[in-house]
Amino acid sequence: MATFTLTVNNKAYTVDADPQTPLLWVLRDHIGLKGTKFGCGMSLCGACTVHFDGVAMRSCTLPLAAAVSAKSITTIEGISANIDHVVQKAWIELQVPQCGYCQSGQIMSATALLKQTPHPTDAEIDAAMQGNICRCGTYLRIKQAIHRAAELMHNGHATATAGAE
Amino acid sequence: MQQVQQPINRRGFLKLSSLTSAALVLGFSAKAGQDILAAGDAATAFNLTPFIIIEKSGKITLMSPKPEMGQGTYQSVPALIAEELEVTLSDVTIQQTNGDPAYKGQVSGGSFSVRSNYLPLRKVGASAREMLVAAAAQQWNVVVTECYAENAKVYHKPTGKSLGYGDLVETAAKLPVPQSPTLKDPKHFKILGKNSPRPDIPLKVSGQAVFGIDVEVPGMVYASVAHCPVFGAKLLSYSDTEALKQKGVQKTVRFQRMLGGKNKYDAVAVIADTYWAAYQGRLALELHWDYQGNDKFNSKEYEEGLRGLAKTEGKVVHNQGDFDKSFEAAPLKLEAFYETPVVSHSPMEPMNCVAQWHGDDKVEVWVSAQGPDLVKGELSGKLGIPRENVKVNIFFNGGAFGRRLYPDFATEAATLAKAVGKPVKVVWTREDDTQLGPFRPMTFSALKAGIGADGKPVAFQHKVISPSLGATMDEKRNETGESSNMTEGISDQKYELPNMKNEYVFSPIHIPMAAWRSVTSSTLAFAHECFIDEMAVKAGKDPMAYRLETLLTKDSDCKKVLTKLKEISHWGKPLPKGWGRGVAQYEFFAGLAGYVVEVSIKKNNSVKIEKVYAVIDLGTVVNPDTVKGQIEGAMTMALTAAIKDGITFEGGQTVQTNFHNNQMVRINEIPPLEVHILAEGGTSIKGVGEPGLPPFAPALANAVFAATGKRVRRLPFDLNNLA
Repeated sequence: MATFTLTVNNKAYTVDADPQTPLLWVLRDHIGLKGTKFGCGMSLCGACTVHFDGVAMRSCTLPLAAAVSAKSITTIEGISANIDHVVQKAWIELQVPQCGYCQSGQIMSATALLKQTPHPTDAEIDAAMQGNICRCGTYLRIKQAIHRAAELMHNGHATATAGAE
Repeated sequence: MQQVQQPINRRGFLKLSSLTSAALVLGFSAKAGQDILAAGDAATAFNLTPFIIIEKSGKITLMSPKPEMGQGTYQSVPALIAEELEVTLSDVTIQQTNGDPAYKGQVSGGSFSVRSNYLPLRKVGASAREMLVAAAAQQWNVVVTECYAENAKVYHKPTGKSLGYGDLVETAAKLPVPQSPTLKDPKHFKILGKNSPRPDIPLKVSGQAVFGIDVEVPGMVYASVAHCPVFGAKLLSYSDTEALKQKGVQKTVRFQRMLGGKNKYDAVAVIADTYWAAYQGRLALELHWDYQGNDKFNSKEYEEGLRGLAKTEGKVVHNQGDFDKSFEAAPLKLEAFYETPVVSHSPMEPMNCVAQWHGDDKVEVWVSAQGPDLVKGELSGKLGIPRENVKVNIFFNGGAFGRRLYPDFATEAATLAKAVGKPVKVVWTREDDTQLGPFRPMTFSALKAGIGADGKPVAFQHKVISPSLGATMDEKRNETGESSNMTEGISDQKYELPNMKNEYVFSPIHIPMAAWRSVTSSTLAFAHECFIDEMAVKAGKDPMAYRLETLLTKDSDCKKVLTKLKEISHWGKPLPKGWGRGVAQYEFFAGLAGYVVEVSIKKNNSVKIEKVYAVIDLGTVVNPDTVKGQIEGAMTMALTAAIKDGITFEGGQTVQTNFHNNQMVRINEIPPLEVHILAEGGTSIKGVGEPGLPPFAPALANAVFAATGKRVRRLPFDLNNLA
C-alpha cells in the first residue's frame, strides 16, 4: 500500500491503495464515486471512461500510480452541478439511455469529443464513440444527441454550470 | 423526482412503520387470491400491500412491481397508476417492490409488464382518485359531482377552491374503497399514449442512478470467485498460499455455484478488503481440477451431432392435414437446413450482488435482478430458509436480457456472506460473465415445403433440432416438456399453410442454457422467415406479394403489419443497382413485429445495410418513444447475434472471454431506422421489449439474397465476406 493524492472533480483526495489498482476501483471503492462503471476491465467497452486532463481515458486499465500524474481527473459526477451540461441536456431531450449502465462512459466520450470537435460529422462521431459499447442499442440516439449538443453549444448555451473542467 | 433505491438507507417497507397515522395507502388486499382493493392508514399498513402511499405532507409514493432494466418500466408501469390518480410522475417517488407475494408477479420478462398491469394498476389509481374526491366533498360538505381531481389536488368546480391530496388522506383513509372505479376515457389521457419523459433518465446521465454493483453496506467485504471454465469439472484441491499473501486478502472459501435446479459447480472465492485485492488474490490461486472428461466437449462435434439428429424423426408438436402424403405428391419440392449459434447475454453490468445475514436464518440481498420475487424464491430454496426470511432490494439493472432471471450470483453472495460472517459483495469479471453462462441455446432447423403448380403451398414442415434451455437447468424438465418451448411460434404464424407437420428433436447438452431476449423465437424466426422467402422464390413470386397475397388471404394483425411495412418501405419502388430488400415478420408469445431491410453490395463480397424499416403491432401503446427505443435496441441486439462472434466451446470451455472476441455491434455499424407503431386500440395489448428481435435477422438475410443471390442459412455470417 502507498498513499497517493488525486484531484478528482476539482477536489483533492488522498487514498491509501496498491499502486497497481486501476483508477476505476480507486474512484468507485476508495473515493466513493460510483458513476464510473466497470464493464470489461480491458479498455474494450468504455463504461469506465473519465477525463484525464480533459482527454477521454479508460480508467479500468489505468493504474493509480500513473493516474496521479493527471493534473485533474473528471468523472461523470464532475461535468455539471445541476445535470445541465449541454451533452446531458441533449441526452435528456432525446431520451437516450435505456438501462443506463454504459451512459456515464458514453457521455464522458461525447463531452471530450465536443471539446476537440465542436461540430462533429457522423464519421467523426463514429470514430470517437466506437470504443463505447451500448448493449441496449442506444447508438442512433447517441449520434443524434451529440449533434444536438453541438447545436446547443453553437446557439450560445454554456457548456455547463460549475463543471469540474 | 427522486430515486428511492438508495443503498444502505433502507427505506421501503420499513418506511411505513415511520409513517404518521395519517396516510392513505391503497393496494390489493394481501388476502391470497383476492383482487379486491383495500385501504387504510398506517396502523393497517402492514396488512396491505400498497401501490400508492400518500402521506399527510403530500408526499406520494407509487410502488412499481417491475424492475427497470432498460425497457422503460420505471415510467410505463407507474404511469398506469399516475394517469388515473391525476398526478405527474415528476411529482412522485417511484419505489420498486420487494417481492412480497401480495404484489403478484414482479418479474420483468416475457414483454408482459405493461400488458399484465394495464387495467389492474389503472384501477388502483382510479380508486384512490375517487376516494380523494369523495373525501374533499365530505370536508367541504358539497356533492361529489362538483369535485374533480387534477395535479395532485381536488378542486371544487363552482368555487374553484382546492385541497392537496395530503390534506385529504385522513378523511379518505376512512372511506370505503370503490371496487369498480370509473376509469378515464382514453381521450382524456395526459400520460398514457404520449411520449413521456422517463424519470430515470436524469439519474442515468449524471451517474446518480444506483445499480446493484454500486451498493455498499457497512462492514462489507468483497469477493472474487474462481469458477472452472470447463463445465462439469470437479475441484480436487487448491492452494491459497500465494493468494493470502496479497495485501488486503482476508481468506478463501471453497463452495459451489448453484444454477437452476440441478447445476452445481465447484468454486473458490477470495475474500478481501477491496474488489481489486480480491481479484488479485483470485489470480494467485492454484486450482487443481478434474475435468471428468468434460474437456473433450466442443461445438464442432456437438453441431455435427445436431445435423445427424435432423435425419431422425422428432416429437410431433403440430400436425394438421397429411404432410407426408402432400409433400410426396407436390409438383415443386423445397428443402433447406438452417443453423444459429449459441450467444451470450452480456449485459453491460457484470453479475454482482451484496448479501448480509441477520442472525442464522434471515438474509438480505441488494441486487440487480429481473424480479424480487424470483430472487426470494431462489434464495429460499437454495439456502433452505422460509421465503419471508429473505429480504430483497432490487436496483436498476445494468442490462439483463434474460440473464438476470437466473440469480445464481445472489445465491453466491448469500453463501459467501454466511461463510465469512460479514456482508459480502460478489462482483463477476467480464470473463466470468462471458464464459460461465447460462447462454442462449442454438437451434438448427430442417424445413420442407411442397408447392403446387400455381405457386401455393401444399405441405410445410419445420423440424427443430436443439438442446433445451429448461432441461439444462432442471432435471424434471425433459424432452416432452420442452418441445413446445423449443418450437416457439413455428406453428402459430398466420400464414395459411395446409398439411403442416412440425417436429422437435431434443439433443442433450451439459452446458447451462437460458432464456435470452425473445427466447427461442430469436433463432427460429430466422429459419422460418428465410424459408418462407425461399418458397416465394421457388413459386416465382415477390416475397412481399407471396406473403400478403398467397399466404395471407384472410385479415390478421400479421397482414396489417406486412401491409404497413410495404407502404412505409415503398416496397414496389425500384432500388438503385446492386441493392436488395428483404422482409420478415414473427408472431410469438411476446407480440408481433416485422422489418424491411435494404442492403447494397460493396466491393469484395461485402454488403452494407442501407436502411431499416420496422413495424410493431401493439393495439394500445403507453409510451411511443419508449417503444421506438425498444425497437432500436432490439434491432441492435439482433444485428449483433446475426453478424458477430457468438459463443463456441472448445476443450469443454467457452472460447470467447471478453468483448474483443465476443464482439458487440458498435455505433459505426448501426443503419438508419424508421419505426412505425400500430396502435389502433382494441382490447388486446401486445408486448414491447422482445418482438423487435426475431424478425430482424431473417429480413436482413432475405435482403442479402435479393441483392446478391446468396442465401444465408447459417448465423452468424460476415457482412464483409459473403463468399
